Amino acid sequence: MTEGIPLNYFLILSTLMFFIGIYGFLTRRNLITILMSVELILNSVNINFVAFNNYLYPDRLQGHFFTLFIIAVAAAEAAVAIAIIINIYRNFKSINVEDANEMKY
Amino acid sequence: MNGNQFMFYMFASVIIISSILTVTSRKILRAAVYLLFVLVSTSGLYFMLNYQFLAAIQLTLYAGGIVVLIIFSILLTSHIGERFDLIKPQKSLFSAIAVIAGAVLCIITILNYKFSAGQAVAREVNMNIIGKDLLSMEYNGFILPFEVISILLLAAMIGSIVVAKKIKK
Repeated sequence: MTEGIPLNYFLILSTLMFFIGIYGFLTRRNLITILMSVELILNSVNINFVAFNNYLYPDRLQGHFFTLFIIAVAAAEAAVAIAIIINIYRNFKSINVEDANEMKY
Repeated sequence: MNGNQFMFYMFASVIIISSILTVTSRKILRAAVYLLFVLVSTSGLYFMLNYQFLAAIQLTLYAGGIVVLIIFSILLTSHIGERFDLIKPQKSLFSAIAVIAGAVLCIITILNYKFSAGQAVAREVNMNIIGKDLLSMEYNGFILPFEVISILLLAAMIGSIVVAKKIKK
């Protein structure tokens, strides 16, 4: 169902999304919003994989499966990151990156 | 403009606008909800490309799982009414310059490269084929990453329990 939409459109969309995620990663200071920027970046890579799979190699499913694995890795990463963030909040009473400046009490 | 193009432009504009709002919104809960919009529109793109299973996974795991996890941790660690401090204009300006330069470079590269579309007959994607491919050791099989991801998920589960556990003093 992609008549009239060239591959380039998907690639440009995911490029814009990737660099918006990078912008958030550079400017945000709250750990959870940094995590959300990382999710944006991973999601844009997924769009790339799926579009390449569908347009260039429709007889295989490699992009499809690697998107599945990236989603699983993103879920694991979010779980571990949120555990770490909650632990940081418990120790420093804040989740700003500037406040967490020592590794051990 | 046909229906496909209209749907694509709609999803693309929702994705771009919502992701800009995700990284610039000054209220953290709103940023999480904009992230939800981005993820749901991405699953719409997967539906357009005829990958229904992937779109369903995107909806349940990303939009259902990760965003709920993020909102849960926001409620645990932040005050809801609080607004973030404004970013220093200098930092914001330099980040924007770096990001725009990178985006322009990538888009120019993409537009100059001629992708040759695949001529092969499209493979049917249904649950049966996906399940068989995931567990097969043949040419198109993915048993090794499947096993690796299962060990990774186990390690992540144990690790996050250990990290977040309260230490008795």
